[in-house]
Amino acid sequence: MTAQAPDLRSVRARRSLWQNVRRTLATAPISAWFGMIVIVVYVTAAIFAPWLAPYGESEVVGRAYQPSSEQFWLGTDQIGRDLFSRLIYGARNTIGIAFVTTMLSFAIGGTLGVLTALKRGWLDQAVSRIVDAFLAIPVLIFALMLLAVFGKHILNLILILALLDSTRVFRLARATALNVVVMDYVEAAKLRGEGNRWIIFKEVLPNILPPLITEFGLRFCFVFLTIAALSFLGVGIQPPTADWGSMVAESKTLITFPVRTFPYIPAPFYPALAIALLTVGINFVVDWFLHKTSGLRDEK
Amino acid sequence: MDETTHKLTTALRQAVRGRISRREFTQLALASGVSLAAANSMFSKAWADEPKKGGTLKIGVGHGATTDSMDPGTYPDQFTGTALWGTLANSLTEIDADGNVVGDIAESFESSDGAKKWVFKVRKGVTFHDGKPVTADDVVASLQHHRGADSKSAAKSLLKEIVVLKADGPDTVVFELTGGNADFPYTVSDYHMPIMPKKPDGTVDWESGNRTGAYKLVKFEPGVKATFTKNENYYKPGKGWFDAVEFYSIKDSAARTNALLSGEIHYMDRCDLKTLDQLQANTDFTVTEITGYGHYIYVMNVTQKPFDDVNVRMAIKYSMDRKDILDKVFFGHGTVGNDNPIAPTVKFAVDPLPKHVYDPDKAKEYLKKAGLDSLAFDLSVSDAAFSGAVDSAILWKEHAKKAGIDINVIKEPDDGYWDNVWLKKPFVASYWSGRPTVDWMMTTAYAADAAWNDTFWKNARFNELLVAARSETDEPKRAAMYAEMQQILHDDGGLVNMQFNPYVEAHVKNMGHGKVAANWQLDGMRIAERWWFT
Amino acid sequence: MHPVLKTVLQRLGLGLLTLFVVSVVIFASLEMLPGGFAEAILGQGATPETVAAFNHQVGLDRPATVRYLEWIWNILHGDFGYSYAGLGGNIKRSVSELIAPRLYNTFFLAIMTAVVAVPLSLFLGIMAALYRNSWYDRIVNTITLTTIATPEFFIAYLLMFFFAIKHRWFYSLSTVSENTPLLEHMYRAALPALTLTLVIVAHMMRMTRASLINLLASPYMEMAQLKGVPRREAIVKHALPNAWAPIATVIAFNLAYLVVGVVVVEVVYVYPGIGQLMVDSVSSRDMPVVQACALIFAATYILLNLSADIVSIVTNPRLLHPK
Repeated sequence: MTAQAPDLRSVRARRSLWQNVRRTLATAPISAWFGMIVIVVYVTAAIFAPWLAPYGESEVVGRAYQPSSEQFWLGTDQIGRDLFSRLIYGARNTIGIAFVTTMLSFAIGGTLGVLTALKRGWLDQAVSRIVDAFLAIPVLIFALMLLAVFGKHILNLILILALLDSTRVFRLARATALNVVVMDYVEAAKLRGEGNRWIIFKEVLPNILPPLITEFGLRFCFVFLTIAALSFLGVGIQPPTADWGSMVAESKTLITFPVRTFPYIPAPFYPALAIALLTVGINFVVDWFLHKTSGLRDEK
Repeated sequence: MDETTHKLTTALRQAVRGRISRREFTQLALASGVSLAAANSMFSKAWADEPKKGGTLKIGVGHGATTDSMDPGTYPDQFTGTALWGTLANSLTEIDADGNVVGDIAESFESSDGAKKWVFKVRKGVTFHDGKPVTADDVVASLQHHRGADSKSAAKSLLKEIVVLKADGPDTVVFELTGGNADFPYTVSDYHMPIMPKKPDGTVDWESGNRTGAYKLVKFEPGVKATFTKNENYYKPGKGWFDAVEFYSIKDSAARTNALLSGEIHYMDRCDLKTLDQLQANTDFTVTEITGYGHYIYVMNVTQKPFDDVNVRMAIKYSMDRKDILDKVFFGHGTVGNDNPIAPTVKFAVDPLPKHVYDPDKAKEYLKKAGLDSLAFDLSVSDAAFSGAVDSAILWKEHAKKAGIDINVIKEPDDGYWDNVWLKKPFVASYWSGRPTVDWMMTTAYAADAAWNDTFWKNARFNELLVAARSETDEPKRAAMYAEMQQILHDDGGLVNMQFNPYVEAHVKNMGHGKVAANWQLDGMRIAERWWFT
Repeated sequence: MHPVLKTVLQRLGLGLLTLFVVSVVIFASLEMLPGGFAEAILGQGATPETVAAFNHQVGLDRPATVRYLEWIWNILHGDFGYSYAGLGGNIKRSVSELIAPRLYNTFFLAIMTAVVAVPLSLFLGIMAALYRNSWYDRIVNTITLTTIATPEFFIAYLLMFFFAIKHRWFYSLSTVSENTPLLEHMYRAALPALTLTLVIVAHMMRMTRASLINLLASPYMEMAQLKGVPRREAIVKHALPNAWAPIATVIAFNLAYLVVGVVVVEVVYVYPGIGQLMVDSVSSRDMPVVQACALIFAATYILLNLSADIVSIVTNPRLLHPK
């Protein structure tokens, strides 16, 4: 990549980054604030899990299914582990796995999508046909088969889910990029003799970011659900690793047993709630972002 | 029996038959000094004990696949076993609730020549569902079905010991075996060997479902359900009380529980142990727990280092806290094992001494005897062996640490576990559903030349006794031989028997039954003919 | 050639290519799976002898390429072959016979769900776009997000608890068979349909709302607003026609999901659909059945996407009448 004459390309920002952030945050609606708080809390829990959790991730501390008490805030699970601690460790594993998986799928799918939109030709044809085929195979069943072939290791799970997800990302990235690559500014950049990397990252990507970010929000949450479904079908994350999806699946029989004592909520509700809350939070933020980039003025 | 009890029993019998009313019975009971509560409970118990006709029994079974077929040689599990054998068909013999073998299609059987030759008399008056009487030819053809060179039957290896199989007249079947086997009648009680009608071409008709059982097949939808209707001409007196029976394949344990809770089925097998307390607390249902023959074990290859040293094996056996695993992984359901694969309910079973309980110091002692300070090895496990195998192994790892043993738990893939791990890796988790006789179990898994000798253990004295006991017809002598064999296996073998797993099943309150058999789930798979609605 | 016809033919051609790739991918994955049909059926009891007998009868002792070519040759002649289970006996079970009732059940459930879910989500989405940022919008948004974010089986068990166990209004078992009367079939499939409705309405409703709001910023919508066209009319008459393309795509996606992705719901309610059949057949390595299911799924996906494309063309004059 050419490095000379950077002054031509960098337009000085009128405001500093911090000013921009502050201005933007000041206009954020309640829902976006709610979403951001949820995300911050979750990320904090994920990062500082070992310090926050009162007990170990797979430490058996008491009898099974104790109701919540001062000792065990949310009670204990099916083999007597502290539910609250497992939820916190679950944040780390669940968010970590979902994040890595989604990033990977966007890296693969996004790059390929933009590249094929830009290049067209035989590469586009070949990749598109293969992606079509993968899209046409049910994700869950295909993931089951691949996990059986390669083994149920966490790394395999991440790679397989990322690969299957990347086909969805590819389609979206390619479709949106196709609209952008015909734009004049891309043509201009091509005429200027810019390399592929410049065009992809400086011209195309910024302009297809909004739909991609929306997709990121949803995909991110779908990873939890896919893992939960896989756990339900007997593969997925292996015990004793705490993961919200698997935690719901592990105690599924409890969902239909009547709640007996009032403060005692059955074990599967907590991780399910954790997933739901995070999804709502992330999507509130994404909605707000989408709203901001759509150019639609707020009307009260 | 004193006079009052006798009077009461007679009155009860009359009450149940409707000859006297409940009030009359209660008055009589009170008059003879029995409390009202006791009288009431006597009355309702008598009702439950007295079989009644009628009703449609619906059972939810945790097995069943779309690949299930009517071919009894390929029956894989409880669904086909209970529905297509226990409900629909009969074998030559059956195993009763006490674990003894009794005649079923065979009226009688006797051996000669040191249990080398067996003669089975076919019961008279037994007919197939289409009305055709059962003859010796049908029996021969039914067993022959498993024996051909291209047979894919799971029973093929069981029948290997047969040299001659022939009909001698219309109601006599003669078997000649390679060696004496006093337990041969047990072999032909297996659920893979129902008696089926012979076709004109000499083969057997397994396709149509025309059998001899208490119920006739209405419809079989593989992997979904099987429905049956009562066989009015069933030969067994006092068996088969329901008008119709329906089996549903419900593989998800939560769905099975919900079907029971919502009243869609009357009986479920394989209860979820996690929520069993909640189910037991529900007074509408009864939970039964029967310790069967099945056992969860870890087996080591005794021909490989370090397991070739008996002291190492002993150290390993003392390093597992079976009680802890039973409590934590199986919620206390089961019976801890003592490195003897013969379940306590099997005839001739003994409980060898000293008991192998958790004792880190003793384990260390044995390690020292083997000339070792510490021990490290890989343990290959998967929940395909038995559900809970992985969790148990992880707990065991913690126990063994205290004895200076470092177990490296390797989680193998579920798929292909029996092909790629079992019998291949040096130390693995395994499961045996158990066998109804000592000989059968030992011949299958611990004899020197057994195809499934998963410990690769070859003990001269053990094998000598095994052959000798097989043809020994004197019971006390046989018992002594079997006791010695179990002791040898306990002291020297390569198996760590963690526990005998129970059959935990649940049913609605209004069902009656006799003593429940332990040889298979669902009352020896014959629940449909043995139980009734009260 | 008419643009619609051209697209249809082009897509169908590509669809056939996709089907071919799918069959190769699935066959290759099946071949890579540890253990074969015989081992899967016999389990622990497999001896080399019985496995060999099994494989010979089923024809699994021949090389993979030969089996694949033979299979595809038969497919081209309209013969889906026989399930491995039962081969060698006198009752062969043809794959089409095995799949037909399951396929019927799956489509039954999908249609039952779609009839409720599609109009409902369109209505909710349009209303949300109309009254965006109102309390109605926020509440519907939160509720649908929550249902999206909850594992399907969780929703299913909750519904089962309330409607089948606590109040015995519905069945918890959805076991139906060919001779189940239509009304009972609908009654038994009600809870699974309700579960699926909750799962897919959220996605479709959100997409409808997003596509509409996206258009609100376009010049013609501002023009309409300036002209004083009432908001309701502006959205229904001006925005909606232009939003059909993305909405149709997301509806097609969800309808495809109803056919191919419901194995979890089938397991919970014990509904004999095709998803369970495929999972069963994968675990027993019953290649002809797995392949047939995969082809049906892929074909459903392709056809539904094609329909969505047709909708986009028909609702877009620029595509319908190209220069």
